Amino acid sequence: MSFRAPGFPRAGLGILVGVGLAYAIVCSVRALYGWDPVVDGDAVLQVALIAAPLGFLIGLGAFDYWFRWAIGAPTLPEDHSGHGARSWKDYFRVNTDHKVIGVQYMVTSFVFLGIGGMFAMLVRAELAQPGMQFVDPNAFNGLFSVHASVLIFLFIIPVFAGIANYVLPLMIGAPDMAFPRLNALSFWLLPVAGVMMLLSFLAPGGAFATGWTAYAPLSTEAPIGQVFFTIGVQFAGASSIATALNFLVTIVTMRAPGMSFFRMPLLVWANFATSLLVVIATPFVAASQFFVLLDRALGFNFFNAAKGGDVLMYQHVFWFYSHPAVYIMMLPGFGIISEIIAVKARKPIFGYRMMAFSLLAIVVLGFTVWAHHMFVSGMQEWIRVPMMITTAVIAVPTGIKIFSWLATLWRGVLHLDTPMLFALGFLTMFTLGGISGVTLAMVPFDIHVSDTYYIVAHIHYVLFGGSLFTIFAGVYYWFPKITGRMYDERLGRWHFWTTFVAFNCTFAPMHLIGIEGMPRRVADYAETFAGWNLFISIASFVVGLSTLIFVYNMVTSWRAGVRAPANPWRAMTLEWQVSSPPPIFNFDTIPTVVGGPYEYGVPGAVHGVFKDAEVKTTATPAGAAPAGD
Amino acid sequence: MVVAGVIASAIGIVLALAIEWFPTVAATQTKKISTLYDVLLIASVPIFVLVVTVVVAAVIRFRMRPGQEDQDGPPIHGNTRLEVIWTVLPALLILGLCTYSYIVLEDIEKAPAAAQELRIGVHGEQFAWTFTYPEEVTGGEELTTTELVLPVDRSVRFSITTADVIHDFWVPDFAMKLDAVPGLTTHYRVTPTRLGTYPVVCAELCGLGHSVMRSRVRVVEQAEFERWLAEQSTPAVEEGAGPDEQVAAGKQIFASEGCGGCHTLADAGSGGQIGPNLDDVLKGVDEAKIREDIVDPDAQIAAGYGAGIMPSTYGQTLSDSELDALVAYLKEATK
Repeated sequence: MSFRAPGFPRAGLGILVGVGLAYAIVCSVRALYGWDPVVDGDAVLQVALIAAPLGFLIGLGAFDYWFRWAIGAPTLPEDHSGHGARSWKDYFRVNTDHKVIGVQYMVTSFVFLGIGGMFAMLVRAELAQPGMQFVDPNAFNGLFSVHASVLIFLFIIPVFAGIANYVLPLMIGAPDMAFPRLNALSFWLLPVAGVMMLLSFLAPGGAFATGWTAYAPLSTEAPIGQVFFTIGVQFAGASSIATALNFLVTIVTMRAPGMSFFRMPLLVWANFATSLLVVIATPFVAASQFFVLLDRALGFNFFNAAKGGDVLMYQHVFWFYSHPAVYIMMLPGFGIISEIIAVKARKPIFGYRMMAFSLLAIVVLGFTVWAHHMFVSGMQEWIRVPMMITTAVIAVPTGIKIFSWLATLWRGVLHLDTPMLFALGFLTMFTLGGISGVTLAMVPFDIHVSDTYYIVAHIHYVLFGGSLFTIFAGVYYWFPKITGRMYDERLGRWHFWTTFVAFNCTFAPMHLIGIEGMPRRVADYAETFAGWNLFISIASFVVGLSTLIFVYNMVTSWRAGVRAPANPWRAMTLEWQVSSPPPIFNFDTIPTVVGGPYEYGVPGAVHGVFKDAEVKTTATPAGAAPAGD
Repeated sequence: MVVAGVIASAIGIVLALAIEWFPTVAATQTKKISTLYDVLLIASVPIFVLVVTVVVAAVIRFRMRPGQEDQDGPPIHGNTRLEVIWTVLPALLILGLCTYSYIVLEDIEKAPAAAQELRIGVHGEQFAWTFTYPEEVTGGEELTTTELVLPVDRSVRFSITTADVIHDFWVPDFAMKLDAVPGLTTHYRVTPTRLGTYPVVCAELCGLGHSVMRSRVRVVEQAEFERWLAEQSTPAVEEGAGPDEQVAAGKQIFASEGCGGCHTLADAGSGGQIGPNLDDVLKGVDEAKIREDIVDPDAQIAAGYGAGIMPSTYGQTLSDSELDALVAYLKEATK
């Protein structure tokens, strides 16, 4: 065990140094101002929550190369020792291989899915009957707040980044991402954010309990647990932004020769669109939480109405990110579904260009709708109708995608295996979530159902029936490529059908009880809703159990599944043209792209060809030292 | 497939309309919004059925059969006419729905023709609602209550404020809601059309006691409304009432003020967990202390509970005689 070499021992030391620094900074500042007491626990905690994670990342080695370069020390020659996984231990280090990082992302975020899902089970256990049975109201508010925050910031957003991290460079014929070290840092920011949010349960006064929306002034007055969210989001957001920049540069500069934008697989298009959203929008959520932090820690009055603060400003800044965030959580899924449906229906994607343009249309429109979350917030009234129209109009590009997928299915040869079942489940469930979204855009109806279970139903049809179904589809689809083994098809189908049925039983009745008058985020409710709530709770436990089938399938298949061939699905895109799992540097020769990605049924069509070494490439092999630029 | 789709759509619409979605239609606003929802259902069901029907039909007709393992479908790349249709038709449908929604919105927020509108203040505080009837309504002094009473068939305009965080004033049976925002006074109006008692709910997460921040609204005839207003100015407990009558009146006040939402008290059969268990903390406490706990709850806080959670307005909303009765009851019930 060495405290000098990068790794966990040094990371632990980094945490201690960070905490020590927090004490030093806070106590010296307070002493200089003559404040009493000099040691203020809350103040130290808030600084420590920033300093300790940075100490952890520095200790782990995420910054070593840059620090040496910045102070003018000779950089270490790249020996590729930090690139690729040769044993399981390599997954617990700062690793620059996009495939290792992709697996790190996916496994970590699925662990958080398990934790967030457990919180959902506890919430439903409490709600099975009116009155309080298992937890007190404070713990309940903490459970649903952490449930939403963990599943949004540590599951859906990063798991898509993980899937794309693994397959996107392969799909465009690149040896790695554009900035492998930044990529490694992006990943390691995530466990930091996640552990911080979970640690909030240990804070005095309990976990943050103001919902994932953390509306001020409730959040500025809440107990100290709130800060674990406020600062945790900064780390998750920084991770998102860095990854999105990485994807953008990778897609723009590192495509294989011959791969024009309109020869890119739609998953690449989808992540291009998503990354644009992330880069533009995520700084706004960071800002909203910095405002809260400054209000809390330094006595600013951004949201203190009595001192000239503006409570509604929080919501505007927050939703300017958090509505686009809904598309950040959906567009990558659209990409996954396009890949799967084309391959499993054995047909080209219907209307490829419209599929690409509709993604960009959603990106642009997505920035013009945020105030539909605020129809009952007391904001200026005139903005409601314009935002109603822009919101509803997003259904048009989304509809184009749904209808194009349906047309792709038509006259195909449908392989109805697990990825395809989840894709078809997504098509139907996401349509329902989209339709309830249009009804919510209609201002008068929204006034009635805002902050009710109708909203809970809608968001879960979009994020569970939508995003999570695409994630399951994608994980099954690329499982052979990632692990080199086949998953168990029978268990996969069981997983789909149990999840599909129980999911609908859980969330469909919520539309009804919402309109009937049950508000959301309540620990207790009126007797009239008791019947449906019991039904929903029982169904939700089945959803929880069905996920165990998935976990069992993944674990056993990864350990002892049948060996997967390079291209079990007879797919055309480039990731299937290399071995399963791919070589450490992806391609022995860089492919040349000669046609579209989905030319199924076209005799003799190929997407990419591997010419011998005469093909010149401008892309630098991953891990090679950048030439100081 | 087309026939199956049309039949399924028709069945779907009938089923969707047959469900009792809304609570009672107790205001003109509820009526208009529930009609809008019916129109949305009629427009939505066929679209959902269309997608499901195509998926199911494709699965039935085009699923891979033995011997087709290596076959591909025909290389169809698109069809401009189809793509134009499925862009333009949904756009038209959506613009139609938006136009109708706009009309409904204008309708439900329109001021009544004759300015015979009741103006009532709604004040949210963690975790209780209070309602203020101004002098022009009471004809005498301004009146503050914890129960909302409205005359039927008369438009009422609420002015909504808050003492602390954001709350949201919602009567599900009226189908209207709006946030109470620190620093702002927000407004909306409803016209109750049906006699009865309906729940008042806080719809915006406001902290620990959010789920019990409930009250009720009673919609009554105009004559009864006036009688109720008059009653409010006379004390609820007669001067010089005997101890037993005081305790009985106090028990009623405990129930009507919603104390049990937050506090456990065996005698009242309540099991709230937001605030301290009164059976424990009031045992052997004298009257003066109980009174202080009610009117100035932050003066001394039971161990394990936070400041600023119990409303500090009971000194204003309860009359002296009501307070006396409540204190007498609490003393008696926790003896």
